[in-house]
Amino acid sequence: MAQTTLSGSSTTGKKERTTAEMLAEKQQSISISEFFTKNRHLLGFDNPRKALLTTVKEAVDNSLDACQEMKVLPEIRVILDETAPERYKITVEDNGPGIVKQQIPNIFAKLLYGSKFHRLRQSRGQQGIGISAAALYGQLTTGKPIRIISKIGPKQKAHYYELHLNTKTNEPEITIDEEREWEGKDHGTKVQIELEGKYQQGKLSVDEFLQLTAISNPEATIIYKAPGAEAIEFARASKDLPGEAREIQPHPYGVELGTLMRMLRDTKAPSLQSFLQQDFCRVSASVAKEICDKAELEERLKPSAISRDQVEKIFNAIKQVKIMAPPTDCLSPIGEEQMLKGLKKEINAEFYAAVTRPPVVYRGFPFQLEVAIAYGGDLPKDEFARVIRYANRVPLQHQPGACALTRSIIQTAWKNYGVSQSKGTLPTGPLVVMVHMASVWVPFTSESKEAVASYPEIIKEVRLALQDAGRKLASYIRKTVKAREQQERVGLFEKYIPELAGALATLTGENKKELQEELEKILKKGLKDLLAESKEAEKEEITSEGVAYGEKQKGLDNE
Amino acid sequence: MSKDDSKKALKELGSKIVHQVKKGKNPEIEFPLRNLSNIVYDKKSKTLKLGQKTGTRSFFNVAHSKKFLQTVEVASVIKEKLLDSGKHSSLRDVFYMVKKTIPGTKVNLVDDQTESDKAIEDLEVMTGISREEMHVNANKNGSVAGKVIIEDRGDTIDWSKLGSGGWSIPSNVEEITFKKVDAKYVLYMEKAAVWERLNEDKYWQKNDAIILASQGQTTRGIRRLLQRLYEEYNLPIYVCCDGDIYGAYIYSVIKYGSIALSHASERLTIPSVRYIGITMDDIEKYDLKKHFITLDEKDYARIKQVSEYEWFKDNKDWQRQFKMMKEFKAKVEIQALSARGISFISEEYLPKKIKNKEFLD
Repeated sequence: MAQTTLSGSSTTGKKERTTAEMLAEKQQSISISEFFTKNRHLLGFDNPRKALLTTVKEAVDNSLDACQEMKVLPEIRVILDETAPERYKITVEDNGPGIVKQQIPNIFAKLLYGSKFHRLRQSRGQQGIGISAAALYGQLTTGKPIRIISKIGPKQKAHYYELHLNTKTNEPEITIDEEREWEGKDHGTKVQIELEGKYQQGKLSVDEFLQLTAISNPEATIIYKAPGAEAIEFARASKDLPGEAREIQPHPYGVELGTLMRMLRDTKAPSLQSFLQQDFCRVSASVAKEICDKAELEERLKPSAISRDQVEKIFNAIKQVKIMAPPTDCLSPIGEEQMLKGLKKEINAEFYAAVTRPPVVYRGFPFQLEVAIAYGGDLPKDEFARVIRYANRVPLQHQPGACALTRSIIQTAWKNYGVSQSKGTLPTGPLVVMVHMASVWVPFTSESKEAVASYPEIIKEVRLALQDAGRKLASYIRKTVKAREQQERVGLFEKYIPELAGALATLTGENKKELQEELEKILKKGLKDLLAESKEAEKEEITSEGVAYGEKQKGLDNE
Repeated sequence: MSKDDSKKALKELGSKIVHQVKKGKNPEIEFPLRNLSNIVYDKKSKTLKLGQKTGTRSFFNVAHSKKFLQTVEVASVIKEKLLDSGKHSSLRDVFYMVKKTIPGTKVNLVDDQTESDKAIEDLEVMTGISREEMHVNANKNGSVAGKVIIEDRGDTIDWSKLGSGGWSIPSNVEEITFKKVDAKYVLYMEKAAVWERLNEDKYWQKNDAIILASQGQTTRGIRRLLQRLYEEYNLPIYVCCDGDIYGAYIYSVIKYGSIALSHASERLTIPSVRYIGITMDDIEKYDLKKHFITLDEKDYARIKQVSEYEWFKDNKDWQRQFKMMKEFKAKVEIQALSARGISFISEEYLPKKIKNKEFLD
């Protein structure tokens, strides 16, 4: 916009400058609230129902991240109070490390502030924009401040804040700042936001979110009180804390041009070469030199003095240099055992299986996929399988159709594993499929972070994991479900006997009761053989399925 | 075969099963297989017949149990509810008479009508008595007109005095008797619309003919009626269909029998029947090319199939017809003749063909 004005205006340099300055001033005065209103859909506040969910989600994600960092078993309380029609007070309390006093105002009442924004690390919230946006939404819809109480140690006093966000300056405005006693609490944070919202049960609800969160975080205890309901507890099912998600520096292959420019501007390194070595992973002195050579740039060049064209040269040079893949120990998958624990406590099924794939690297970003399935039991038999998706342990509840994780499930040939499936749809049966993608950088389809983009590598990894889990399921279905069905069918003979006896009696005038007794005798005598017969039939089924499966495997290898 | 014979045959089937049960054996029923592999074309009688292959169905077999039960249940319902009381009913009625949920299960004895229909066909094959003889009728379908007087359940019916609709042919024609038949031949047509044309033109009166039509597939009742007119009055039967492969197949079913009803061939087929048209030669002769309907892939596949039937394989005339169909790449409906005048079919086309004996065998 500024450029158009510059080239469009004609005569003197002086006049041009004035115009540009004026414009810049104007741009700055676009208020934060205006920005927010315009972009609320990107931030997850499109409607009152979603606003409520997003707020709970941001607060809970922060709490879980904080507990994970401190290596403490999370205990989280979520309370929704309806203060007026379509108006809710959301309270989220954790037992995390607490937040040092000075940081509280910035974290909760300044947009785009947060440590997560500038780092590459697998964490729940990816941009750190969430909680302050929720606070702002509450402020805009109810005028109420966000209330925070936080305590960092048993001997310290807690800090209590009430904050507004200055929508002109994007700076926190502190209305109350005081020290308080927080009895019975060693450390932790409690956040309270009042906002206009809509509480619903079922799909896309806070209830669903918390249940899904309980599944992916079995080490957490979550106590939840919905409006007008008794408090319920999603109990802890494991005392194993999630593995530490190590922070890594970006890998050169994964960096975008804009990011590269920003990094050059922000770096503390004195030269281009040291910048490459220090600010990226897997860049040795020789690799850094090679990049400089290919870019035809002096190694000692000062990063801040590098022009836009030169950045592009570096960007292109990176692609031509062979660089070792990034380390993958920065990832923290949920793990097979933990997924099973999570699923078992929330989903009542007969059979569970979990598969965690080894980490893979895509475009310089390490990622890892894992799936778990639950089958049978109380799950509905005639409905589509329930799919629960996660990115970095955070449930993805929206846009299932646009998500690569869902697509992979649809593309998997479930019939091979004894589950029925129509073409191009999810499998049908008493089945829950959980898919988790762990990555320092999850490629979402849009800013709202609701669906994973369909990169072939992701689809492939999900498929491989599903095939592995599917095989386990298939063997279970064959062994138990089929055997039980056979048993049931044999049981049917008993029910058929009176019918046959009746029909024969009508047809021939013989005595029904006698016939029935004779038939029952035959059944009793032959029961073993009959069962053996059905076992035989089952065996045949297994072999034929085995063949079909083998063929399928071959087909995949050819792809 | 009388009602009592039918009852006896069904009872015998039941007694055989009871006998096995009393001996402590897993009860079995044996029946001729009715799939394609067991259907043979008998060159001598020129009809499709069931072959020698048989299958057994046993009660204590997971795969057979329900079908076994269905067969016996249908037999008992037919005996008790129809034959014993002397009443007739439709296939649909039989379905409802046997339809129920087996106590203590979620299993329905029959889930849809095809299952009870199949059981009836099985009984026909096993006992040799026809569905009509078991008092089970299909939907009636088709009309007839001509100088014929019949008696049906005590009513006297004159086929020449039934106006525009004609006599509607019941599915069971076993119990009608002919009182007077004044005709030189029978003309059967594929399409009801053509029949209505001929009836309005009083074709049957002017040509001493019996005209008969169904819509589409020729039902058992119609086939049996044609056969009786041929056998009891020695009337020649001519068939008039669309000029396409489906017309040829309708003719083939009347003449040689069908795969589904091969077990009933003896009572349904008429080897002496002749095909009158539309032939591929008619297309040139009556200038019908402008009414062509282009063949699609399905049509070609069907031509290939039908032309390879054993009874058509060595028939030079028909092979020539099939070849021409493929060459024309098109088919023609009977109604195309109307382009030459609405009564062209009744005043010229048919009388001329019959006079000149222009038939296909």
